[in-house]
Amino acid sequence: MLKEKDKIFPNIYGFHDRSLKGVMSRGVWVDTKAMISRGSDDIIKTIKDSGLRGRGGAGFPTGLKWSFMPKGTEKPKYLVINADESEPGTCKDREILRHEPHSLLEGCLLAGIAMGCSAAYIYIRGEYVREREQLEIAIAEAYEKGFIGKNACKSGISFDVYSHHGAGAYICGEETALLESLEGRKGMPRMKPPFPAGAGLYGCPTTVNNVESIAVVPTILKRGSNWFSSLGRKNNHGTKLFAISGHVNSPCVVEEEMSISLRDLIDKHCGGVTGGWNNLKAVIPGGASVPLIPKSVCDNALMDFDWLKEQSSGLGTAAVIVMDQSTDIIKAIWRLSKFYKHESCGQCTPCREGTGWMMRIMERLVKGDASVDEIDMLIEITKQVEGHTICALGDAAAWPIQGLIRHFRNEVEDRIMNYSTRKTVQAAE
Amino acid sequence: MATKTIKINDTILDFDENLTIIQACELAGIQIPRFCYHERLSIAGNCRMCLVEVVGGPPKPTASCAMQLKDLRPGTNGEPPQVLTNSEMVENARKGVMEFLLINHPLDCPICDQGGECDLQDQAMSFGLGETRYTEDKRTVEDYDLGPLVETHMTRCISCTRCVRFTTEVAGIDQMGQTGRGEDSEIVTYLSHTLDSELQGNIIDLCPVGALTSKPYAFTARPWELQKTDTIDVMDGIGCNIRVDSKGNRVMRITPRENHLVNEEWISDKSRFVWDGVRVQRLDTPLKKVDGNFMPTSWEDALSIASKRMENGNTTFVAGDLVNVEALYTASKLSEYLGSAKILGDLDTSCHLNERSVYVGNGKIEDLDNMKNIFLLGTNPRKEASVVNARIRKAWINGADVYRLGIQENLTYDVKELGVSLFDLQFFLDKMGSKKSFWTNAIFLVGYSFLSSKAADTALNTIRSYAEKFNAKFLVLHQNASAVGSLDLGFETDVKVKQELIKETKTIYNLGCDTLEVDQGTFVIYQGSHGDKGAGSADLIFPSACYLEEDGIFVNMEGRMQYARKAIQPPGKAKENWKILRALTEKLGFVQNWLDLNGLRNALFDEFPLISKPGEIIEVPWKAVKKQKKLNSKTSLPIYVKNYYLSNSICRASKTMGSLARARNSLNLKKAS
Repeated sequence: MLKEKDKIFPNIYGFHDRSLKGVMSRGVWVDTKAMISRGSDDIIKTIKDSGLRGRGGAGFPTGLKWSFMPKGTEKPKYLVINADESEPGTCKDREILRHEPHSLLEGCLLAGIAMGCSAAYIYIRGEYVREREQLEIAIAEAYEKGFIGKNACKSGISFDVYSHHGAGAYICGEETALLESLEGRKGMPRMKPPFPAGAGLYGCPTTVNNVESIAVVPTILKRGSNWFSSLGRKNNHGTKLFAISGHVNSPCVVEEEMSISLRDLIDKHCGGVTGGWNNLKAVIPGGASVPLIPKSVCDNALMDFDWLKEQSSGLGTAAVIVMDQSTDIIKAIWRLSKFYKHESCGQCTPCREGTGWMMRIMERLVKGDASVDEIDMLIEITKQVEGHTICALGDAAAWPIQGLIRHFRNEVEDRIMNYSTRKTVQAAE
Repeated sequence: MATKTIKINDTILDFDENLTIIQACELAGIQIPRFCYHERLSIAGNCRMCLVEVVGGPPKPTASCAMQLKDLRPGTNGEPPQVLTNSEMVENARKGVMEFLLINHPLDCPICDQGGECDLQDQAMSFGLGETRYTEDKRTVEDYDLGPLVETHMTRCISCTRCVRFTTEVAGIDQMGQTGRGEDSEIVTYLSHTLDSELQGNIIDLCPVGALTSKPYAFTARPWELQKTDTIDVMDGIGCNIRVDSKGNRVMRITPRENHLVNEEWISDKSRFVWDGVRVQRLDTPLKKVDGNFMPTSWEDALSIASKRMENGNTTFVAGDLVNVEALYTASKLSEYLGSAKILGDLDTSCHLNERSVYVGNGKIEDLDNMKNIFLLGTNPRKEASVVNARIRKAWINGADVYRLGIQENLTYDVKELGVSLFDLQFFLDKMGSKKSFWTNAIFLVGYSFLSSKAADTALNTIRSYAEKFNAKFLVLHQNASAVGSLDLGFETDVKVKQELIKETKTIYNLGCDTLEVDQGTFVIYQGSHGDKGAGSADLIFPSACYLEEDGIFVNMEGRMQYARKAIQPPGKAKENWKILRALTEKLGFVQNWLDLNGLRNALFDEFPLISKPGEIIEVPWKAVKKQKKLNSKTSLPIYVKNYYLSNSICRASKTMGSLARARNSLNLKKAS
């Protein structure tokens, strides 16, 4: 279990003093100037050495991403914080936004200055109204104290932070759709290349980072890259906020060490699976878009990027959705398909047409009103969507279904048999 | 321009690194299927039909329309990046995309106007699965009203957004867009507006499926039964390249041909939809006026009446706005023989124009692409030359500034106003006159409103002095297809001379001019295709072919000579224009030393080498500018506006143009109130 002293977010539940004084007593905005004066190369190197991987889902090394920002361009550079946390099951950034906003702001300043950015934009999910209020209070406090703004932290560098409220579209969490939305256009993903580091917000070099990736930066800089990389397995370092929901006795968001075993995570922090570990059916380990893993895999599961990838799943945002034996797993996945169908932006063909088709087949599979051949057809359709779209929403819509068929094909087939035999019986009567 | 070596399938080739994969493949002769990609529109990359495999790249196919060659990474040992266009991955991806496009597309090809020339049909045949696996209900979408030109069948739409990109980027209107998300996203017009553009017909060509089709052409023909003729449009002075599709002896539709130098690949709605005017209101037999009523007569009789009138001398030839150069040349020869005058009916200027470097200029339409400062002097290009207006808009999007003197109407881009009078122009020129860099990439576009102002002579001189001094460009935006040809052949435009001539003359030989006002007692011979105003006031009528019914030469506003070709036969007894004039010359006892069209053209080319090279502009010697006077006229430029949709006799006969004019009027009234 992660020791109390190793926690990056001591006030994640908001139990402690939330005033600026209280925040500073926990070490935020202390020595910021000294950290800035270490210089951009040193900051980026420290983050690289720490092995921090992006906390938004893809797990791309954060320090490496920062080093893609071009140097010596005349255009302004921007840091954009993706706080459009809309993936079903994911609610970790929310806790940072409402209880630890100053960590995020300090991270923005340090990361922004390291990359030579002139401003940071924080794009908050539309439904996060209270969270935005807390963040805006924190921004106002930071401006008032001179931590950000002109001559931020007396470093001589000016750095602005703006918050921007989304309107509730899941797709705006995709980094380029987020930039479009931020520019005032319809949130539709852009083609890549050019990548945001080349031409992002308003055509200027931009880095888009997740809230958690940025909020951990000040602590890494304070405690050093060695401390961060001493936690977790190789290539999967540091601490991570896990959001556990579903059939557990006490769902929660908790900061834990990377590579913790799934069983420990659920038993120690969530009071176990309802009805005991043996009542577990499957777990979606990383938010709605990664394939589920059945209990047999869960038994030995380690919660990190690489281990879950080896199981053809992923850590994603580390939003663990636990499903016990009472779950209608087909219906659960159908519900996710419905979500993706609803949230597809409609720009490119495979996703626009494919998500609806997949959902309709899933709808029939829930009842069993299909033929067994259609299971293979469904898999083929998911493969036709996956990788053929502009952004990753197509992949995200395809993976849960692939996971379902991979691990629960029997159940799907049983349901089809049941349905068809019942029909025969009814016809005979 | 840096080059990049890439390997397409198995061939290694060099390309400009800024090209996209789809462009490179095109150059290499490999056709990549596509729906949303269009060379003259921005890249959307949303249809996903053009996916190709990039070896060594991510393990998924890449959209070739959006990937630039410079972004391709070389192989591990430095070998050139390889693109595969026929691999299993690519074929699978195409099959998948094709299937997705078809699941919600109705199977109504037998009743769809696009059938036979449909990208979706063709590509489904080449790359699709051949059978459907989709058993759910298909999506239905409501159609909407785009106005009298474009019909919608939105269930067929594949959301490629070409129409949205065309209307917003090229036509410069903001009525079309995509609303909704995912499966429910639709191409619509915002607030159910109709389209307010002179270029809207182009979205019919752009639509790769049958979602947007032509209303006037609807359900009248199939593409494979149409006879296709490449010819030239005469609705304005641009000389847009068009293709005329006819069935039997009826023109069924008109579509643009690509010519980057002239019209890119757009044409205006007037050029596209005017064909229904070709069929009606036609003069199909010679007519003579007896006691105030027209009586049909024979060619023999009509010609002898005409020759008798003309033998008595004092005939003035008047050129209309749609006459080809052959007819003008024959008329001009005849006028020389008779010793009579020839005037251009549809252009009134305050000065005599006799040098091409004055009445055409040194500019070209394609120059607009590279200009930084564009001056519109007494012209409304949106109405006078819609396709050129789209080109000005393109330059504006790329950063050019547009300045305007006179007519103040919405041109679909921002303009900087210089004022309304020549004095205002002089004020600006004095201010900027010494900045050399300002003028090097500048072009003056001069309209008829400017040419007909009182001090046009001095004003032209002033402008030309900038062209001379700073190598700026200068181009007259002629509104009529026959204008430059007539001027080349020496037809008079000076309004004072013209009025004098018309007053004195006893006989007028009118070649299709409908704006001519003549005194009672003047004998008017009208040679034209349509029974319009000019024919009504005539005493003798020679029915002739219109622009789609005879081979002819037209010289466009840049001085570019182009061939128009005969698509259909003239109706009834109507004859080709030059033939009528040739017959008349013989009747008058003057024998030209040629018999057929080839002979005519050879004689014409010998005499006027300026119009001897098809498709080209022949450089003319620059007439040096005289010492210039200051422009001090503070009166506003005269208004020189025609009703856009009813500007010539063919338009006025067209039902479609009539409904457009009505729609525009009601729109203007709405705006005014």
